[in-house]
Amino acid sequence: MELIKIDDYRWEVPKSGQMRVPGIIYAGDSMIDSIKQEEAVKQVANVATLPGIIRASLAMPDIHWGYGFPIGGVAAFDWGTGIISPGGVGYDINCGVRLAGTSLTGKDVKEKLEDLINSLYQNIPSGVGSTGNIKLAYSEEKKVLKEGSKWALRHGMAKESDIEHTEDFGCMPNADPETVSDKALERGLRQLGTLGSGNHFLEIGLVDKIYDPDVARVFGLFEGQITVMLHSGSRGLGYQICDDFLAHMAKNIKKLGFEIPDRQLACAMIQSSDGTRYFNAMACAANYAWANRQILMHKASEVFLRVLGIGPKDLGMNLVYDVCHNIAKKEMHVVDGKSRILCVHRKGATRAFPPGHESVCEKYRSVGQPVLVPGDMGRSSYVLVGTENAMKETFGSTCHGAGRVLSRTAALKKSKGRSIQRELEDKGIYVRWTGRSTLGEEMPEAYKNVSEVVNIVHEAGISRKVAKLKPMAVLKG
Amino acid sequence: MKYKTIDHTADLGIEVFGSGLADLFENAACAMFDLLTDAGNLQPLCETSVAVTGEDRPDLMANWLRELLYLWTGKSLLVKSTKIISLSEYTLTAYVYYEPFVAGRHIIKTEIKAVTYHQIMVEPEAKSWKARIIFDV
Repeated sequence: MELIKIDDYRWEVPKSGQMRVPGIIYAGDSMIDSIKQEEAVKQVANVATLPGIIRASLAMPDIHWGYGFPIGGVAAFDWGTGIISPGGVGYDINCGVRLAGTSLTGKDVKEKLEDLINSLYQNIPSGVGSTGNIKLAYSEEKKVLKEGSKWALRHGMAKESDIEHTEDFGCMPNADPETVSDKALERGLRQLGTLGSGNHFLEIGLVDKIYDPDVARVFGLFEGQITVMLHSGSRGLGYQICDDFLAHMAKNIKKLGFEIPDRQLACAMIQSSDGTRYFNAMACAANYAWANRQILMHKASEVFLRVLGIGPKDLGMNLVYDVCHNIAKKEMHVVDGKSRILCVHRKGATRAFPPGHESVCEKYRSVGQPVLVPGDMGRSSYVLVGTENAMKETFGSTCHGAGRVLSRTAALKKSKGRSIQRELEDKGIYVRWTGRSTLGEEMPEAYKNVSEVVNIVHEAGISRKVAKLKPMAVLKG
Repeated sequence: MKYKTIDHTADLGIEVFGSGLADLFENAACAMFDLLTDAGNLQPLCETSVAVTGEDRPDLMANWLRELLYLWTGKSLLVKSTKIISLSEYTLTAYVYYEPFVAGRHIIKTEIKAVTYHQIMVEPEAKSWKARIIFDV
C-alpha cells in the first residue's frame, strides 16, 4: 500500500478503491518500515471503507495488525448513519490499565520487594482460565454488569475517589445484561478478581522521571514514589460477547447492502437492533472489566498492608487513573466546525481528553485526562496527559502501549537457553509468572521500545509526557 | 497430527489437512485441542453432540471450532476427538468425545481466547482438503 509522508510524525494512506476517507498513521521514520511490512496498513485502509466513517481511519504509533481493525486503530462513525463493529473494539472489551500512587518511596519497600511480589503471586489469581475467590450467582453477576466499579464500592473494595478517577467513572450506563448470552454470563461467573494471562500484569514500579511537575503534582505523582500498575480486562465474558456478536453480524452482513473487505470487520448500523444490542452488551463487559480491575487493585493494597505491616494512611494508595484501551464510545466531537455525536472506536488506543473537558473528573479537569501507557517488563511505562490537539486530530485519542515486534514463537526461540528471570533480576526487577511459556513470550525484546512510541505522540502533540515509571517487580499471568 | 502451526506477530494459526471435508473438520478440532493441551494425554471419557450452522464453509469451520472452544472456556471440558455425523456446506452435526479438566493431570499449553475469521480459508486441493484458521491467544 502507498504511504505518503505528511510531516515527521504522520503518514497518509491515500484514498483509493472503496475507501471513503484516507488513512492517517502516526509514526516516525524509524518505525515506518516495520509498519509497512505488516498487513496493518491494509487494515487501516479497510476500516476506511466502512459506512459513516468521519475524517480518516487513524492509527497510533504502536500499530500492529489485528483482526479486521488494526491494533492501535481509532475510527469514529456518525452516530446516526454509521456502523459499530465488535472487531473495532477487540475481543478483550475494556482491556485497560490502572495506576495507583502510594506514599512510599523506593527505600520503604527495598528490603520487602521480594516478599511483596511473592505475596501478590499467591493472592492475585492469574494465568490461563484462572478463577477467583469471588463466586457470583447470575443475579449478582448482572448487578456487576450494570454497576461496574460501583459494585466494588458497594462491597467495600473501593473508595469514592477510585470511582472519580476511573474513565467514565467505572460505569457505562447503557449496559443491558439482557443482551448478554448465557454462554458469556457463564464465563463471567467465576473470573471476577482475576488477572488473566498473556500480556496482562500487575507491576510494582517507581516514578523514575517527572517531565511536567505541575501536572504530576495534580496527578499525585513525585519522583522516587512507589506505584502499582495493572493491566487486565473483561476476561472470558468480554471474549464471549465479542465472539457472539461477531458471528451474528457476520451472518447478517449481506443484508446491510455494502461489501466488507474482511469478514472480521463484521458490523451493524449503530441505529439498528443489532447495533444497539452490541453497544449495550459491550457496556456490560466494560463494566465487568472496571469492577475486575478495581477488585484486583484492592487485593494488591491488602497485600501491601500485610507484608509491610503498615496502615492504610501510611500506605496512602490512591488511584491515579484507570483507562480503557479497547472500547467504542458515544462522544461529542467538533467536525468541520460543527458538534456531532460520534461512535469512537479505540482498539489498542487510549482516550486523551484535554484540559477543561467535561468528561474529565473535577480533580484533573484543569490539566487534562491522565493517559497510562505501559511498556514491557524490562524497560519503562509512561503517564501522559490529554491535549486539545488530540481533540482536533484524533478524536481525543493516543497510543496504548509498546506493541509486539516478535511473534510468540519467535520470542520463545530467542529466549531459549536463557533465564529471562535472572536477566531481569540482574537489572533489579523481580518477576513471577504462571503460564509455562509466559516469560519467554513476554520477554522485553518481544516488544517495541515504548519510549519511541511515546515520543511520537508527544512530538505530534496528541498527548504530553508527564512521568516515566520503571518496573521493580512484575506479576505476569 | 495432520496440521502445522503458522507464526503470526501477536497470535497463532494452524493449517489443517484432511482426506475429505469431514476428516478436515475432525482434524481441525483435534489440532485446536492439541495446541491447547497435551492431547495425547486425553481420554474419551464422556460424549456429547454438537450441531452448528454457517454461511459457507469457512464460517461453518469458525462456528464449529467456536462451539468446541466453548466446551473448554465455558465448561472446562477437554475434547479428545470428534466424529462428524452429517455435514453440508451450511450445517454440521457431530459426536464429541471429551473429559473434564483436572488440575494437576492436564497441562494447559496455550490459552486460546477465540477463533477468528482473520485469513480464514477452507479449500479443496487435488485430492484432499486444506483449512487455515488463526486463533487469538
